[in-house]
Amino acid sequence: MTRNRSLTAVLWVVWLAAAAFGGIGLVERLTMGHALANYTSYVPWGLWVAAYIYFIGLSAGSFLLSSLVYVFGVKRLEGIAKLSLYVAVVTLVLALLTILFDLGHMARFYEVYTRPNFHSMMAWMVWLYTAYFFLLIAELVLATRSERSGRAEIAVRRDRTWLRILGSIGVPLAIAFHGGVGALFGTVLARELWHSPMYPILFLSGALLSGGALMAGIVALFWPRRDEGWRDTLRLLGNIVLGLILLDTLFEWAEYSIAMWYGVGAAVGQLRYMLFGPYWYVFWIVHVLFGVVVPIGLLLGWRKPAGAALASALVVVTFIGVRLDQVIPGLVTPELAGLETAYLSHRLSFNYLPSLFEWQVFVGVVALGVALFYLGYRFLPLVPRVRKGVQA
Amino acid sequence: MDSAEGVERNVQAGAPAEASPRAAVEGRREFLAKAASGVFAGLVMGGLRVEAEAPPAPASSPAAPFSTASQAEEDVLIRMQRDVERALQKPIEQRRWGMVIDTRKCVACDACTVGCVMENKLPPGVVYRPVIDMEVGTYPNVSRKFLPRPCMQCDNPPCVPVCPVAATFKRPDGVVEIDYDACIGCRYCLTACPYEARTFDFGEEWTETAAAGASGALALDEAHAYELEPSFEYGEPWPRKPGGALKGVFEHSPIGNARKCHFCVHRVEKGMLPMCVTTCIGRATYFGDLNDPSSLVSELAARTNATRLKEELGTEPKVYYLV
Repeated sequence: MTRNRSLTAVLWVVWLAAAAFGGIGLVERLTMGHALANYTSYVPWGLWVAAYIYFIGLSAGSFLLSSLVYVFGVKRLEGIAKLSLYVAVVTLVLALLTILFDLGHMARFYEVYTRPNFHSMMAWMVWLYTAYFFLLIAELVLATRSERSGRAEIAVRRDRTWLRILGSIGVPLAIAFHGGVGALFGTVLARELWHSPMYPILFLSGALLSGGALMAGIVALFWPRRDEGWRDTLRLLGNIVLGLILLDTLFEWAEYSIAMWYGVGAAVGQLRYMLFGPYWYVFWIVHVLFGVVVPIGLLLGWRKPAGAALASALVVVTFIGVRLDQVIPGLVTPELAGLETAYLSHRLSFNYLPSLFEWQVFVGVVALGVALFYLGYRFLPLVPRVRKGVQA
Repeated sequence: MDSAEGVERNVQAGAPAEASPRAAVEGRREFLAKAASGVFAGLVMGGLRVEAEAPPAPASSPAAPFSTASQAEEDVLIRMQRDVERALQKPIEQRRWGMVIDTRKCVACDACTVGCVMENKLPPGVVYRPVIDMEVGTYPNVSRKFLPRPCMQCDNPPCVPVCPVAATFKRPDGVVEIDYDACIGCRYCLTACPYEARTFDFGEEWTETAAAGASGALALDEAHAYELEPSFEYGEPWPRKPGGALKGVFEHSPIGNARKCHFCVHRVEKGMLPMCVTTCIGRATYFGDLNDPSSLVSELAARTNATRLKEELGTEPKVYYLV
């Protein structure tokens, strides 16, 4: 218990530090605009766009995990379905906040509703997110209501039916919006690396993997009851994560090997930059080593809850590297050779590294997400209570 | 030839010295009219539309200051001027503005780039028409080629369908316009342009990092004041307003917007040629109506050595290069 208490204290300190660090960034974003950001006109999307697809992937993934219960009736995951729904809501909010901060005119965000252009994948995204947000809230209300003690059996059955219906709408919706985020990139003819039918598929497998791993990590760390049911859930989640790592790796291999096998073509330079350029370590160390190899080793070799927890946590944390590699390398080569020296400005550079300020905003958003998660975890009936108020 | 060029230069040299918006947009046509007729009063062509008290002149009926007959050995600028005036007599949907750039004549002096920066009051990092300097071969067997890169004003523009709020669109005359008041600054169009012709206005200022020096503070203040002068893109005044305490939320357009070359339609609709055409020292850039078979650009674009960038993408650019 004292160990738990000191761990809690450490987590509080870390969170407060992150909130302060990030809070400064958020204030600077509101008062100074984009002045402190490092992205340019030639690499116009940077860390915030990568963070946005990272969060939205987490949301889609954890939602699809909940639909395994509500739509496909997987009983072994029943206990964590509500929590998955809530995590999907929180990460969706984080995604929308991040992309809002990325806009040049934040105050004009409403225009996506008042004057949408439905040719644009981006307009579709926002409309689908909105539908998805309401669906998540409705599902969450139904799910908590149906499990309230003393609720009549017939009402519970009705709630369950509605959950199945909403979940059945939600599954294609989640596939549409997250596949759609991949399509937002994939439809851009000008960017050779993005312009591939594999991109939306890669986004979906990434969402399933990162969202599944996030739920596995959360269940491993925060689940109040450390009983056989918990161990069983974690075993299943661990296996799901393992399978999804392998699937995602296969898709990645397909995407990148096809594009660069003969070493000819516009995407080759971009992939070379990603694999062997100045930020090679994002792919090889962050992603391949700590996001694939080590987690696979842990999941196969250490078949204990701690192994699954550590592996999942590694996958979730390192996945921001995958998202960065999905956004930035596609932008780093000039569309017309020589453009890089035609007119010199730090805003017309093809070399991009996120600034401290961009990281601050990212950390601030993550800290906000942790706070939202904690509030829900403490005050909403999402997890079984062991002893009220003790577990944190 | 010389007289037209000289007058043109006077306009360029004169405009920056005066601070009022009206003076900033005074056109060469006005100067030509002054020089030709001696009538000085009340003949402001370029500034009319932005003056609140003055009724807007219909763009389709400018009073032609030139004779319609061509003269021997006249400057191509004079002919293009006539081409523009002829096109302006037609309804807008029958015009198709296009540009031809003779790469053999370009010497990479960057006068077009700089003229464009001045005309549109471009802040640091925003550029509409860079000149790409290409080195071909291996030292010592090298040669250089130059490629000015305006917006291609594609007939099938990839930047238009991606805009989530339809803030960018193809006008009836073929120019791709950005509605600065609608653009949310998502920069999707920047990624979608295969020519990277769009840049983002980060709200930076030239003078913010400039050294003032012992006696330079006044000069710096003046330069800063000039920087805040409006541009007249798309026929509206766009003064630079730095923004208040929450400028990260409420930016003043065009800060926070995507920006690009628009063939200077605000000038063209007043009968003036785009600034880059005017400032080109080698007469390497031509402008006019591609729908008019007798225009200079139509003749040049039909030549066998006329080519377009990235034809294979099917974007149908309206900028042709003579190679």
